[in-house]
Amino acid sequence: MHEQQYQQIKAVLAKLCLDASARVVFLVDKDGQQIAAHGDVGDIDTTSLASLAAGNVAATGGMAQLIGEKEFPTLSHEGERESIHICVIGRVLLVVVFDERSSLGLIKLRVKQISNEVAAIIEELTRESGKKRAEDNAFFAEITDDDIDSLFS
Amino acid sequence: MTFINYASREINCKIVYYGPGLCGKTTNLQYIFDSTAPQAKGKLISLATETDRTLFFDFMPLELGSVRGFKTRFHLYTVPGQVFYDASRKLILKGVDGVVFVADSQEERMDANIESLYNLEENLQAQGYELMNLPYVLQLNKRDLPNVLPVEDLATELQRKGEPVLEAVASTGVGVFDTLKAVAKQVLTELRKS
Ligand SMILES: Nc1nc2c(ncn2[C@@H]2O[C@H](COP(=O)(O)OP(=O)(O)O)[C@@H](O)[C@H]2O)c(=O)[nH]1
Ligand SMILES: [Mg+2]
Repeated sequence: MHEQQYQQIKAVLAKLCLDASARVVFLVDKDGQQIAAHGDVGDIDTTSLASLAAGNVAATGGMAQLIGEKEFPTLSHEGERESIHICVIGRVLLVVVFDERSSLGLIKLRVKQISNEVAAIIEELTRESGKKRAEDNAFFAEITDDDIDSLFS
Repeated sequence: MTFINYASREINCKIVYYGPGLCGKTTNLQYIFDSTAPQAKGKLISLATETDRTLFFDFMPLELGSVRGFKTRFHLYTVPGQVFYDASRKLILKGVDGVVFVADSQEERMDANIESLYNLEENLQAQGYELMNLPYVLQLNKRDLPNVLPVEDLATELQRKGEPVLEAVASTGVGVFDTLKAVAKQVLTELRKS
């Protein structure tokens, strides 16, 4: 993913965060890698949250298949003060953390409104992945044994 | 799947520790966690039962340093070992870049090792991977115990493709980092080849 796409994603997340009065909004890969975040991250451990959100979606997706569903497209967990809403958009997850300044209804509405935009960006990312792969290869071909060894010194 | 973020200049890789129940997977991660500087690691998340058996996975992000200006971050996962958690194991293998098979060297755990190794091959295939093509390391753990099989016997039975075989005592850290290095190296080398 490149700077321009990253900024594009950040802008979408910022808009969602504002429109939904959310605390934080994350975009996470289904494998658990965080792609981008926006909002009041504070002391939230975003790496762990990304991994657990992916684990959560994977687990409920596994349950869905056991009962003959493809997947559950949204998951919501409501706490006393802080809550989480997760929406599956293709191979990424939109994770929204919110508190009493918002409501699940508003979050769901705003996520729905913006999901097409996210899907479009992700689609573009995927389309470009062939081109990107060539670039990755060029970058990695330059990595030497010494580079790798130096990581462990 | 290795995720390269050019904007934040990061390479993210996923390593899974696999093996039968109680072979020492969580102990490997715990040791890495305990002996890594705070700035290089995130939290160690353990989704465990009340009796400390892994229920879904353990997870720990680890930063190893930079390669050509790119931060390398390894996401370490363990799977639950017990047979009945197979559905969870399959899920955790999604997007894996490298696997460490932790074998329990004790004689009475040989069958469990073999069963778990077959299970790994099956579950990898279910996700569209082949063990033969994946960065892979075999760790022979619990070498400190009196009832262990000789290394040669274990290797004959468990080695699949000339992968590195490392002896370990995860509870005291022997071989733990060597194992991680061996698999991380393969993952990075694989990136270069592809
Ligand atoms: N003696 C000995 N015990 C170990 C070693 N590695 C792990 N253990 C112990 O084996 C038990 C199971 O380890 P754990 O990491 O929870 O196994 P897991 O099911 O594979 O995650 C724990 O009591 C560990 O302390 C080792 O190298 N030697
Ligand atoms: Mg465990």
